[in-house]
Amino acid sequence: MTEAVTIEARNAVKAFGQGDHVVRALDDVSIQIRKGEFFTLLGPSGCGKTTLLRLIAGFEMPTSGTILLDGADITELPPNKRPVNTVFQSYALFPHLTVAENVGFGLTMQGRPRAEVTARVAEMLALVKLEAMAGRKVSQLSGGQQQRVALARALAPQPKVLLLDEPLSALDLKLRKEMQVELKRLQTETGITFIFVTHDQEEALTMSDRIGVMSAGKLQQVGSPKDIYTRPVNRFVASFIGETNFLPATVVPGGVRLATGDVVEVAAQARGDVTLTVRPEQVRIVGAGEAGAIAATVKFLVYFGTDTHCHLALADGTEVVARVQSPASGEAGIEAGSAVGLRFASGAAQVLED
Amino acid sequence: MAERRFEIGRIPGFATVAVATFVMLYLPIATLVAFSFNEGNSIAVWEGLSLHWYREAWDNQAVKDATARSLIIAVCAAVISTTVATMAALGTTRRAKFRGETFIYVAINQPLMVPEIVTAVALMIFFGMIKVATGYQGLGYLILAHSAFCIPFAYLPIRARLEGMDLSLEAAASDLYATPWKTFRHVTLPLLGPGILAGAMLAFVISLDDVIITEFVKSGGQDTLPTYMLGQLRRTMTPEVNAISTALLALTVMLLTAFFLLTRKRD
Repeated sequence: MTEAVTIEARNAVKAFGQGDHVVRALDDVSIQIRKGEFFTLLGPSGCGKTTLLRLIAGFEMPTSGTILLDGADITELPPNKRPVNTVFQSYALFPHLTVAENVGFGLTMQGRPRAEVTARVAEMLALVKLEAMAGRKVSQLSGGQQQRVALARALAPQPKVLLLDEPLSALDLKLRKEMQVELKRLQTETGITFIFVTHDQEEALTMSDRIGVMSAGKLQQVGSPKDIYTRPVNRFVASFIGETNFLPATVVPGGVRLATGDVVEVAAQARGDVTLTVRPEQVRIVGAGEAGAIAATVKFLVYFGTDTHCHLALADGTEVVARVQSPASGEAGIEAGSAVGLRFASGAAQVLED
Repeated sequence: MAERRFEIGRIPGFATVAVATFVMLYLPIATLVAFSFNEGNSIAVWEGLSLHWYREAWDNQAVKDATARSLIIAVCAAVISTTVATMAALGTTRRAKFRGETFIYVAINQPLMVPEIVTAVALMIFFGMIKVATGYQGLGYLILAHSAFCIPFAYLPIRARLEGMDLSLEAAASDLYATPWKTFRHVTLPLLGPGILAGAMLAFVISLDDVIITEFVKSGGQDTLPTYMLGQLRRTMTPEVNAISTALLALTVMLLTAFFLLTRKRD
């Protein structure tokens, strides 16, 4: 993959409202999205991810800052002059047109010859496996089919960037899983840069090349799914993506000391009071009293099938969750009330400054 | 035992009230239609079936002139008011909320709020001044007046249609390289079409039916069909009035049926 930048936002600010009621939906966001990557903007609702998408599409103008496409400033260009297409959350299919007319809309508006439009529409409908539906009205299609039409319509003009605004949120779980695979396939086949907006962290982790985590109008962290999951930069990112444990700690030479007095070996640049974070699947349960293990008591167990979540309490009352493989039938497992020891997988625990 | 739901149909006397209401609504009209086919001169004594009065009305030059005038005014008023109403509806819905929106809404719908007789007198005086100043006596005054009071009738169905239209449709069109004009031409207008037609037909019917404003605004010899019929009251009433009314009724029913067919949800 090349490292060329397709879309870049420089110090983008979008403020809504006037006077004392100004809300900064986007607060000084700078980001570079590479050519051909599947980039996901992830965050809770109201974090500014959709606003950033609308700035890239041209539906909104930034209050200040610049949007660049292949190095050229497109901040002031209206949406119809940007080689960027959008798949809307509501799909926004034209109800008065057929499936084929919907898919061909962008090409027709560009003034492409009719033969080219027809050929390209057929190609797109084949890509999303809807050839048989070409003559139907969009109202005659199911939700999943409408979703495919919206995708084909946005891909037909071969945009440089495809923007997807929570396109899977209206689908049921099974269909959503299918469409995730489908989207990934389309992105690989077309080689178009995808910018995908979602609040679903699992969706983000499974589909993306890189993720940008947003909160309160600011970009919190940009990185690969693995980076984001294993090396969150702050408490927000750690808690928004996946489940995690937070343990209050103090920095000491060679590691951090927990409130219980146990010292965990970990690299820490910070000083003073910090938070130690460790994912439940990185917490190992060992025999009570084992050398170097942290003493804990099992409070209760939650069974998830393959895994079991052990809710534990340390000596000072701090709660820790450990995810362990469920015992096979007949095999003795951990029992509530028993005293155990805890270890963190090497390199798994991490210090957060917040 | 489950409590019985309130059903208005179970109230004693409900059926009686319902039947009485429908009789009051339709019996007079049925009588009017029936007597339009009366052979004799009376609008109250039946003397046998014939199309005599339809022929009479058809041959009456005054009726012909009034019909032509009514149709010209109604068509012009429908076109003008629908155009203005479409622009007003686009201006008040396809954008973010703004200060004074309610005021604009009320202002557009003025003809629904101000008593028609007040508008009629005001227009008579106002147009009177213009007539004196310019000397123009034509149908323009009636067309202008009708266009104005038809606006809310055209505006309301168009606005209702627009409010049911997802704003992201126009965003999608512009995203797919449509210029603002092409977006309007290829997306907004086709989707708005049924609303515009419905508005135009309502405006046409309302204009065709108007008496009060027309009676005050018209110059001598500018009778429309309704004011011509009003004029007939001063003489002996013949079933000719019934025949004209029946024809008007038939036209209105046809238009409103078309209106219903166009505005109901498809599939």
